[in-house]
Order: sequence, then C-alpha cells, then structure tokens
Amino acid sequence: MSITNQPHRLWMYENMVKSRAFEDAIKPAYFEGKTPRFNMAKGPIPGEMHLSDGQEPCAVGVCAHLRAGDTVTATHRPHHAAIAKGVDLDRMAAEIFGRETGLSGGRGGHMHLFDASVNFACSGIIAQGMGPALGAAMAAKLRGSDAVAVAYIGEGAANQGAFHEVMNLASVWRAPLIVVIEDNGYGVSVSKASCTALSRNADRAAAYAMPGIHVAGNDPDAIYEVAGDAIARARRGEGPSLIEIETSRLEGHFMGDQEGYRPDGEKDRLKAIDPIPRYRERLLADGLDAAELAACENRAQQAVDAAFAFARGSALPDPASAFTSVFAERTPG
Amino acid sequence: MNTATAIRKQTIAKTMSEALASEMERDPSVVVLGEDIGKLGGVFGNTGGLLERFGTDRVFDTPISETGFIGAAVGMAGAGMRPVVELMFVDFFGVCMDAIYNLAAKQAYFSGGQVSCPMVLMTSVGGGYGDAGQHSQCLYATFGHLPGMKVVIPSNAHDAKGLMLAAIRDANPVVFMFHKALQGMGWLGTVAGSITDVPESDYEVPIGKAGVVREGTDITLVGLGITVHHCLAAADALSREDGVEAEVIDIRTIAPLDRETILASVRKTGRVAVVDDDYLSCGLAGEVIASIAEAGIPLASPPQRVSHPDIPIPFSPALEHAVLPNAEMTLAAARQSVGERS
Repeated sequence: MSITNQPHRLWMYENMVKSRAFEDAIKPAYFEGKTPRFNMAKGPIPGEMHLSDGQEPCAVGVCAHLRAGDTVTATHRPHHAAIAKGVDLDRMAAEIFGRETGLSGGRGGHMHLFDASVNFACSGIIAQGMGPALGAAMAAKLRGSDAVAVAYIGEGAANQGAFHEVMNLASVWRAPLIVVIEDNGYGVSVSKASCTALSRNADRAAAYAMPGIHVAGNDPDAIYEVAGDAIARARRGEGPSLIEIETSRLEGHFMGDQEGYRPDGEKDRLKAIDPIPRYRERLLADGLDAAELAACENRAQQAVDAAFAFARGSALPDPASAFTSVFAERTPG
Repeated sequence: MNTATAIRKQTIAKTMSEALASEMERDPSVVVLGEDIGKLGGVFGNTGGLLERFGTDRVFDTPISETGFIGAAVGMAGAGMRPVVELMFVDFFGVCMDAIYNLAAKQAYFSGGQVSCPMVLMTSVGGGYGDAGQHSQCLYATFGHLPGMKVVIPSNAHDAKGLMLAAIRDANPVVFMFHKALQGMGWLGTVAGSITDVPESDYEVPIGKAGVVREGTDITLVGLGITVHHCLAAADALSREDGVEAEVIDIRTIAPLDRETILASVRKTGRVAVVDDDYLSCGLAGEVIASIAEAGIPLASPPQRVSHPDIPIPFSPALEHAVLPNAEMTLAAARQSVGERS
C-alpha cells in the first residue's frame, strides 16, 4: 500500500494490538487456580475459553468501516470482533470474569457478549449468529436506514444448514448483510481440507447469486479494501456479499487444547507469520513513525490494564440476580 | 354492557388474522413472516388478507428455511421490530430449535436485559385427523420446559384475539400455539365451542392467567386448547348423569403456568383430573399434579392424568382415536376420581 498516513491503518493497528493484549492478559488469568491439574471450572475465569489471536485482521479490516448503528454478530471466538466493534472493554472484561459489572451481569460469559450501545452480539452455536444478523439488516432496510449487518462465522459454519438458509434468504431479500468467514483451517480439531467439499467457501456465494470474495494473506489492508466495497454495496441497497478470509488460529480451539491434531511445526510456521508484527513492519516501511505506533501500543495496553483492573475489582453478582432478566419488561406502545 | 354491540361469532383462524391486521394497523413495527402466509393467507388461515392490505414490506412469504427466518425474526426483534412468525406445524421445530431456545429465549438473559426479543411464534398443534406423528404432536411440555419463552394456547376465538394482542405487545418471545381441531378451517373438523363471540373492541387476555370456564364444587378438570372442550363435555355429562358438578379450568398459558388459579380450585374441590393431548411422561399434566402435591393440598382421591401415551401418534383412525385423549376418556377419569377415596 502506497498511501502512508491513513488514520484507519493506525486504528486497525491499535485495535489489533488491543485485542492481542486483551487475550495475552486472559491467558495467565485463565490458568489461575487451574494448575497443577487443569480443571475448567476453577479459577477466576471458568468455562471454555476460545482465543482469537491470529485472527485480528478479520476484525479490524471489516469493522473499520462500521458505525455504532451497524450490527455485528460474532461467534464463540468473539473478542477481536467485539473490541473492533467498540464494545465497552471494561464491562466485557468484567463479563468474562463473571462479575456484576459485566455486560450482562455475569449471565453470559465470554461466548455470549452483548453490547446494545454498539449493536454487538455473539452466540456459542455455530452459524447461528447469521439469522439475527440478517434480521438486523432487514430491520435497517425496512426502516429506510443505510445501516448494515455483519455476521462473522468460521469456515466450519459454512457446512451448517443455517449458513445456506440465511445465504439464500439474504439474497432473496437483497438484505444489507455481509457474511465474513474467518477461515482458520480448523473446526475444533477437524481440518477444513478433510471435511469441506470445495477449497474456497467464497465459491459458495455463486449458488446464492451474490458476490463471494476470497482474501488471502491475513492482511488487514487487503481485508479493508474488500470489506469496504462489500459494505458500500450493502449501504447502496445492492444486497449481500460473502467474504472469505484466510486467517490463522495461533492457539488451540480452546485454552487447554493439546492440539495433537496439528501437523508437526505448524504452530511455529503460523507464529512466524503472526499478522501483527508483520503489519507493524509494513507500517514502518510505509513511513509511519515508530513513536506513533508505540503510542498506539501504549494506549492499547493501558485500556486492557484498566479493563482487567475494573473486572478484578468488581464484585461477583448477587446470586438472586440469576432470576432477573429472564424476561424483559413490557414497554408501553 | 353495550347492547348495541353486535354478536360476532367467528372462528379462531379468522380471529387471528383480524387481530394481526388490527395490530399491524396500530403498530408499524409489526411484520409477519413464514411459509405460505402471504398469497395463501396461511395454511391454517391465520394471515388471510394481510399481504393484500399491508404489502410485501410487512408480509413475507419465506422459503422453507425455518432456521433462517426464525433467526432473522430474532434479529428483527432485537432491533426493535415486532415480528410475528408462523412455524406451520410445531412438529417442524426440530429443524430450527436453536433459533428458538438458544437465540430468542436467551436474548434478554444473555444481554442482561439490554436487548429484548418481542416476537410471536405461531404454530399449529394437535392431531385427530389422520396426519400421523410428524404433523399431529402438541409438544406443550417441550416448550413449557424451556425458560425465556412464554407459551399460550387459546381454546376459543374470544381468547385467541385477546392472547394474540397480548402476545404481540409483550416484550418477550411468545409461542402462540393454535389447535388444528379448533381452527375453523373447512377442511378440518372444528369443535363448535371454539367458535365464539369476538368483540370488535381492543382487549387483551392476560398472559400467565388461567381461566375458570365452568364453576363447580366436586372435582376440578384442567385442560388446554381442545381438551378444555373435552373437560366441558365431561362436566356436562357428570352434571346430567351423576349429579357431580365439575369445575373446569382453561390453562390458556403454559408458561408461565398460573398455578394459583389451579390450586385455588383444587383446594375447593379436593379432586382433580388433568387432560392434555401431549405425551404423558414428563408432561404438563404431571407438572400440574406435582404443583398440587407440593402445595400440600389434601385430595379425596388420587389425581388423574389423561394424556397421549408414550408412543408416536399413529396414522390409522382405528389406532389414533384409541389413544388420543377425548371427552369419553376425560369422563371416565373424572368418574374414577369421584368414585374413589384416597
């Protein structure tokens, strides 16, 4: 990329760094109380933990184009997308720690993050964020707004029925929906190559008469370009798009995963092409000031430190609150 | 009472479409989605005339993609619209249950109340017309078991209107079950008692409240949907032939279940038979009886359950009508109860 000083590139860099710093802070916190013998129920962060490190470009390259009024639905691996969409970092950290100040007061945890102020939600069920994203897109369209919705899914979700139902419906309705496949090569332990009939899921878009764009390289700039076109198209009322991004999962499916299914040396090869240091090098090569990047890194780290301090300093929820918010109160009208 | 108000006897199907139309008129955020709900007006007649009146921006004939369009309704509801979705047969829930019980039913909870899910899922229930076990189930207990959804079923047209208006205006997902044997479609037999006066005025039947539809002192008969009519028929026979006065309760709302109304009646009568056409085990009738037991209400005879046995619903009328709860089985259970001492 020849243009050097574009603010969105710094924004993307800072948010990738923030996401990575957030997950780097989760790692030791998650293992507190889980050693010497791993027990998922123990420690300040119980339950499954799916980290998104390596996949940050997918989040920032798309969300750089989004406004608060646009909707994002994410997956069981949601932190990078949540951060890039602007979810409140303090309350997100508190939710992951199961605290009363969390986004939902500890009812949801890391797979069920909701922040209505920026229209972000995620679901722990594969491909099932797509329907709600389609609905949000249709709500915007029916109201005459130019808001769009983005549904993040993994490559494994493209083999789910919900994917095909929503792809067809979105096309029939010309919905302002962008489906983003983060292809990290694995559904838990099963490789994409061993369980998917075609090598590129972007090709499936043709079956639903919508554009399908494949992006290689796990490159924020390339993703930014492609997503910009798809989002602008959706805002113009020209309908949905599918974007497939080749990315990499630098950790296991969940923390504690022994990853015996990976070929020898794969993780080292992936870490050698970690997108964040590569992007930093490119920005420097393009003439961005190292001090400016350092300032991004400092701001990101400070935000993460503050969020974890907020989470750890927050009280656990009153057990009685488990019984509230099952139903919403009726609103007049 | 306004004596100028004309009596308007009509079917549940016509009443549901009328209620939908009036609410779509009143509230522009109400949209209707589902299979065959547009041009056809709904396989069970619930949406007749809506497409012509409100157009394709409010009334969506969907592909056969229940996961897709129910999931989309969850997103619409979260964005502040009020979608009313038809799942043609409750038996079809198997292909789209995630959108129902993991998305719709948990949106308020997992968001800590930030995002609500004001949607209505209309779905047909019930057998008795030879459609066999993939198109005849009730599954009251399945839906009543899962938290985060309200579940209602009217036994007559008056209640259908009031429950529908209450369901659309509710801030939460409401599963609106309608029983095929009460629907008033020409091609399905219809129980006459389901066709009632439907006032033109705007009224709601509150969700979460059961109704005492016949007062009595000797035994409580509890039903819902079509089995309310079985209970009423049995009560008439008991009164006429046995000199026994049965109180009949229409559950109306499966979730949240109005235990108080049921318990108050059983405290008075000391005898109870619960009649539902869902499967017996782990079912709604068992739940009602457990509530009575937990309340410590002394019964004069053991409680009775009349439910579909734990077998798939068979096709042949000779088989289906041997097992499907009816008025005769209800009467027999009531007689067993009043003839016994515990």
